Amino acid sequence: MNKKQKRLLWRIIIAAIFFVPLYLISEEFVKVNLPQWAVIILFLIPYLLVGYDILRKAFLGIKNGQVFDENFLMTVATVGAIVLGEYGEGVAVMLLYQIGELFQSYAVGKSRRNITELMDIRPDYANIEVDGELTQVDPDEVEVGSIIVVQPGEKVPLDGVIVEGSSSLNTSALTGESLPRKVEAGSEVLSGSINMSGVLKIRTTTEFDESTASKILDLVENAASRKSQSENFISKFARYYTPIVCYAALALAILPPLFVMLTKVGMGHYATVGQLWRDWVLRACTFLVISCPCAVVISIPLSFFAGLGGASKQGVLVKGSNYLETLSQVRVVAFDKTGTITKGNFAVTAVHKSPIDEQKLLEYAAHVEGFSSHPIAASIREAYGKYIDRSRVTDLEEISGHGISAKMDGVSVAVGNDKLMVKLGIDYEPCDEHVGTVLHVAVDGAYCGHIVISDEIKETSKAAMEALRKAGVEKTVMLTGDAEKVAAKVAAEVGLTDYRAQLLPADKVSCVEELLKECSGNKRLAFVGDGINDAPVLSRADIGIAMGALGSDAAIEAADVVLMDDDPMKIAKAIRISRKCLSIVKQNIVFALGVKLVCLLLAALGIANMWVAIIADVGVMILAVLNAIRCLFVQKL
Amino acid sequence: MKKSYKIEVDCANCANNMEEAAKKTPGVKDCTVSFMTLKMKVEFDEGADADAVMKQVYANCKKVEDDCEIYL
Repeated sequence: MNKKQKRLLWRIIIAAIFFVPLYLISEEFVKVNLPQWAVIILFLIPYLLVGYDILRKAFLGIKNGQVFDENFLMTVATVGAIVLGEYGEGVAVMLLYQIGELFQSYAVGKSRRNITELMDIRPDYANIEVDGELTQVDPDEVEVGSIIVVQPGEKVPLDGVIVEGSSSLNTSALTGESLPRKVEAGSEVLSGSINMSGVLKIRTTTEFDESTASKILDLVENAASRKSQSENFISKFARYYTPIVCYAALALAILPPLFVMLTKVGMGHYATVGQLWRDWVLRACTFLVISCPCAVVISIPLSFFAGLGGASKQGVLVKGSNYLETLSQVRVVAFDKTGTITKGNFAVTAVHKSPIDEQKLLEYAAHVEGFSSHPIAASIREAYGKYIDRSRVTDLEEISGHGISAKMDGVSVAVGNDKLMVKLGIDYEPCDEHVGTVLHVAVDGAYCGHIVISDEIKETSKAAMEALRKAGVEKTVMLTGDAEKVAAKVAAEVGLTDYRAQLLPADKVSCVEELLKECSGNKRLAFVGDGINDAPVLSRADIGIAMGALGSDAAIEAADVVLMDDDPMKIAKAIRISRKCLSIVKQNIVFALGVKLVCLLLAALGIANMWVAIIADVGVMILAVLNAIRCLFVQKL
Repeated sequence: MKKSYKIEVDCANCANNMEEAAKKTPGVKDCTVSFMTLKMKVEFDEGADADAVMKQVYANCKKVEDDCEIYL
């Protein structure tokens, strides 16, 4: 609790100590003979003690032309009650209202701190070695190219490359991925990750302002400034609502008794004319107490903020509450292929038509390709996965545009494409099942099958499409510059509903525009890309999602939602988080306004008294705030 | 020109009122107040003197919400 809250707490406690015995006396639960004026004065003590700031704000509001706010509502209602002789109720309303305010202020402050902590990846200091001793400096002061030391348990303060040491890094604050990442000399490290085991020496590559941690912090902090429609709706609503209920209360206080007086209808219920007026004015005061809009006004921004915080903890950075709202309405998702659905790196996907053992075939190919730096050669070596003894290979000849022929263990081996096989006069079998780059292998002049190398589909892509379908996404479309055949195969394998192949980058934008036209009503289109060269498409879609964005500035700039790691499963997760958040917002609006309306009606009919009114008001607010905090818990979604 | 200021305010509605008041201040092109992050982002008109404008913004905010604070 801060100072202000503590002071309010004490005021509430002392006022309550005064109030309870007084109330018992005034309601004649306890018999004490006190003159009327003494009771009034005694009641004024707790009233002023607990409510003086409300009275002051209401007065200042009137002076400054800002009449209708909740302070005004409370002031009029409580003063009204006291003037009408309902001292106990008047003071109780003020007391409970302040308890509600205290709770709200405490809950909001607490969740504000929790959420900020959750997102806090700000490094406090960087260690620099000077004359063999470590000194802590502000990360702001470290120049690019300096060597910094990060000890176990410390945050990496700046992006850089490891020059010495190895360790495992906890990147969960950045990616939501709980598995530690192994790093060694030469690895790039990102600021905001936590060093878990060994001491690392890092050469920095960015200044603090440009580092990943700063960029993410900046993004998250600004997110709450982009307000959602619901937030704008509520602030507009509050602007009109309060004056309306004030006039309604005024009407309630004047019109019915006037009607009764003039027509004499129902006059029989009241002993005197004074009784009649007293009854209706009291109803109007009750009406004012109920109408306080706090519950809704506080819970909506709190829900969104908690939602943004919870999402960022899961490695989903949403750039604003408005995007959270759009995300929840996504029905069509368009994907880039390379780097989004596929890994964007080449790997051996199949070995076929081989009369010899697959592993043996890979052994030949890996050795013959052992000298090449081409990514395809690297992928074969990786698939082989064992030590390559280059001394086994002799007479190596690279035939440009065809492949390689060599002698391995004295046997002639040729590895290359169709053209190479034709050239060597070897009868080969074309690959008709698989799509990708095909490398034929011939050993001792005889055909030994082929290796298919292609971009691998991410392990989670298929499950991700299923998850999207379950999350209510009707259409998943892949947009790719790749060949028709490759696109068709990937689309079928992953379970996309549609694909467009052989697109130039500019075609992707027109494709998205076409898809946008098909979206009617509240349906929204999301485009998911890896942020490299699809910035125009990201910004054209209703919502642009960049994935694997760590380290890519373009993506962080252009996208509305940034997925910190490469996992396409996060897309559905982001949608589910947004749905949960939006449904909580709706629950709160409907629940709070619903209860208020019912109570307003009851108050107007004279069924609900002040006690019901204030308990409804504070109770609804507490429930709405607690419900809003649920937005934070999205881990299991 | 855009600038961000730290603020102190007690209720969400008061934050909305501050936003309104700031928007109406001459020299302010746009303004958003986030109650949750307690930040006021102000976009100034071309050629406006940010410090002078902010003083006025502060005065106007004080009028609508006596209990607020803007750390200039």
